Amino acid sequence: MTTAILVSILMTLVAASTPILLAALGELVTEKAGVLNLGVEGMMLCGAVAGFAVAFSTGSTMLGLLAAVMAGVATAMVFAVLTLSLTANQVATGLALTIFGIGASSLIGAGFVGRTITRLGPVFPAALSEHPWLRAVFGHDIVVYLSLALVIGVSLFLRRTRPGLILRAVGENDASAHAIGYPVIAIRYAAIAFGGALAGLGGAYFSLALTPMWADGLTAGRGWIALALVVFAAWRPGRLLLGAYLFGAVMTLELQAKAAGITWLAPELLAMTPYLATVAVLTMMSLGRRAGRANAPACLGKPFSAS
Amino acid sequence: MTSIITRRRFNFGAGASAAALPLIGTGARAQAPLGVGFIYVGPVGDHGWTWTHDQGRLALEKEYGAKIKTSFIEKVAEGPDAARAIRQLAQAGNQLIFTTSFGFMNPTIQVAKQFPNLKFEHATGYQRAENVATYNARFYEGRAVIGTIAGHMSKSGQAGYIASFPIPEVVMGINAFTLAARKVNPNFRTKVIWASTWYDPAKEADAAKALIDQGCDIITQHTDSAAALQAAEQRGVFAFGQASDMKAFAPKAHLTAIVDDWSGYYIKRVKEVMDGSWKSGDVWHGIKDGMVKIAPYNDAVTPAARAAADEVTKGIVAGTLHPFTGELKDQKGTVRLKAGEKASDELMSKMDWYVDGVQA
Repeated sequence: MTTAILVSILMTLVAASTPILLAALGELVTEKAGVLNLGVEGMMLCGAVAGFAVAFSTGSTMLGLLAAVMAGVATAMVFAVLTLSLTANQVATGLALTIFGIGASSLIGAGFVGRTITRLGPVFPAALSEHPWLRAVFGHDIVVYLSLALVIGVSLFLRRTRPGLILRAVGENDASAHAIGYPVIAIRYAAIAFGGALAGLGGAYFSLALTPMWADGLTAGRGWIALALVVFAAWRPGRLLLGAYLFGAVMTLELQAKAAGITWLAPELLAMTPYLATVAVLTMMSLGRRAGRANAPACLGKPFSAS
Repeated sequence: MTSIITRRRFNFGAGASAAALPLIGTGARAQAPLGVGFIYVGPVGDHGWTWTHDQGRLALEKEYGAKIKTSFIEKVAEGPDAARAIRQLAQAGNQLIFTTSFGFMNPTIQVAKQFPNLKFEHATGYQRAENVATYNARFYEGRAVIGTIAGHMSKSGQAGYIASFPIPEVVMGINAFTLAARKVNPNFRTKVIWASTWYDPAKEADAAKALIDQGCDIITQHTDSAAALQAAEQRGVFAFGQASDMKAFAPKAHLTAIVDDWSGYYIKRVKEVMDGSWKSGDVWHGIKDGMVKIAPYNDAVTPAARAAADEVTKGIVAGTLHPFTGELKDQKGTVRLKAGEKASDELMSKMDWYVDGVQA
């Protein structure tokens, strides 16, 4: 019985963490290239509605995921054109993108309210995915495994590959990167597109896996948590994974504690923890601890125009 | 005829913007249709609270056709800014305006003062004026019916209750549900999770999962999305719909739902404005008046549970059964109702205590 509860909690925890992890990982790459895109929530919602619309119309969840990725990229491109080609203010444009995403997804989704689809199922056969405790490892859907693979992939890309080094150079010193001949704008376009793709996928995880339906504002602010998480992780993919699962754990345990009738631990306190941790990390960074300062991209949020 | 003004929603295409135009300058001319306006807190597509009010608006159009002209503004934030939206509807020539959320109370009173010739109706509030009436539904009656079903259908004797905020409206529902269930099963327990939100589908689903993990085999809620029902369906336990029939989301789990039906009241009040008999007042209607309805039962509901639930419904309609009848003690042992005493509306609207069996 206890094992069953523990496994169940673990499954809920992983599911709750995955969309935040995906969106945050995309934003991490975008920020590493020196672009601050605050439109994560908007991109997630566009991905969520596009994923649901396509999955509902075609009956294929996989096509839904693909559509979500494309919708995320499309939304991100609006941001990219405005901030990179037209050098608009990134903060203002990002906020506008979120508001745009909320409105656009609501408009597109109006016809899909009250509909439901088959939930995205586990990858492995029932022998593994429904095993009493093996399912803690093998019982997840494709997006969960994909998100973990992407963390490793992004980490290796940024630290061990030449293109990763170039991307970081663009984020650290755009003028120098430009001077030695790297296409700063093109690289930033690519980074924003990657961020949009993962945000869209993260959004679709809500409408296809967690709560297979469409309703206005389905992601309920998870995009903002993803943004906070990138800072919390000090722009490191490994720590991002840890942070996302910490957020997921806190969100799940808060509810479990309430359901179990545990009263000595104020659930509000538990709910505050990740945000307090984010503030603490931010404070440590601004105090000049090496770990943080070394990782914050120096050109984050600054517009660049080749002269 | 309908015109839709959407805030925070992008109108693509000429059709949408053209639809909003005729509103401007439709003054109250002779023979002109009666303008009826609605202010919604959520999107019409929430499939819950706001959706049920919009069903009421559509029922008005069906009833009166060309004699009226309805319009609505959706997703209006509660608080001072709502006054702008209400004033917009007032200036557009509407003669009767429904503001359909608790947080519109002060703005409604404020705008009503500026337009003494127009009539206003505010849902779930308590402030009235010469031209402002209030109306609400006795949802707790529906809670008593589903509580009875829960008492019969639960094997573990434990229900999970996903609640929004500890306001009297919600506390009343939790108590009514638990009291009804304990009449069937004296050891019945209701575990409450405060979601601290009206609407967060993923969190509502996770709360349902946590409650099921802790042994609850019936899930009910006082939040707005259908996510908890989906979680119940996935885990193979039962659940109840909220505000509207949510069977589509959980064909097996959905035992029944408490359905809000505002159409009867809206039709009556519009007629009163038409014939000049409209007066300010306060109504709190329940199952008897058709403002609260019980959705069709799922096939899984046992004959015994059906019979008991129907009995409760009949008793409430006949006035022989009140969900809060003494002797009633709260968890601290304070006697809240003496033996045989029925709760007054005053007592219920200030309820801030729990009955035995509630773990909140």
